[in-house]
Amino acid sequence: MLDLSSQLSTYLVLGAILFGFGIFGMIRRPTLIGMLIAAELVLSGASINFMAFQRFTAPDPVVGQIFTLFIMAIAAAEAAIAMSIIICVYRNYKSIETEDLVDLNG
Amino acid sequence: MNPTLFSLEGFAGLIFLLFIAISILGAFIATCSRRLIRSVSGLALCFVGVAGFYYFLGSPFVALMELLIYVGAVCVTITFAIMLAEPDDRKLIRKNPGLSNALSVLVGGVIALGLITAVTSATWNVVNGRSKVVGSLEQIGMSLLTDYSMVFELISVVLLLAIVGSLALARGGRDRGSRVLGRDPE
Repeated sequence: MLDLSSQLSTYLVLGAILFGFGIFGMIRRPTLIGMLIAAELVLSGASINFMAFQRFTAPDPVVGQIFTLFIMAIAAAEAAIAMSIIICVYRNYKSIETEDLVDLNG
Repeated sequence: MNPTLFSLEGFAGLIFLLFIAISILGAFIATCSRRLIRSVSGLALCFVGVAGFYYFLGSPFVALMELLIYVGAVCVTITFAIMLAEPDDRKLIRKNPGLSNALSVLVGGVIALGLITAVTSATWNVVNGRSKVVGSLEQIGMSLLTDYSMVFELISVVLLLAIVGSLALARGGRDRGSRVLGRDPE
């Protein structure tokens, strides 16, 4: 139990759990900000997998860290863009619930 | 090799279990709490746990970047979005959940369980005898500026576009006169 940190599958299982929480939250949340939070969970689950593989299996020990750094940059850009989109949507609809944003519903 | 509780490895294992608990608890709070500000706090907690995993995976630099970027920047950005968009507390949970609650548990659970069975049943060629700290900060910097320099430049362009784009998006409509951001008086 105490040597979990030196096994590859521990990290992969943790990444899978975070990914599952992210998908769960993305379906469950009725607001845009809640879905953004869930998307961040999905991204962090993916980056845990990259870090675990670079530590345990990759021949080049740097690739995983660089990929994780790039995922972080993408996540930061995504959060900034999503925040301004949410502000725009709120300004036009006075609401950020996904059920209110049905103008294109046909 | 199962380290005893009172050795150094055992203590490290305890701390690792603590990080696991922190990250799963944080993910639970982030997805299940009613109010959005609590779920941002849960997200920050979860990222602290994930930074702990990165530390155990032998890259303190990425762990510190996780703390700096996710806990420091992304969570604060989402907090600002919550403060600016003022979500209605009464509507944070669907009024007619219908199938969506059961469906979300089902889909998330099935995906997580499927991934877990896949990764535990597969056999990985684990490279043995690798030192604890792999890929120092110096190596990361070297390969960022040699092998991955193109990607590095592209990511900087992406970040620049994100900054400019978010400014442009959030600025639109500000000069439309006396429209007040806030709740309607209706």
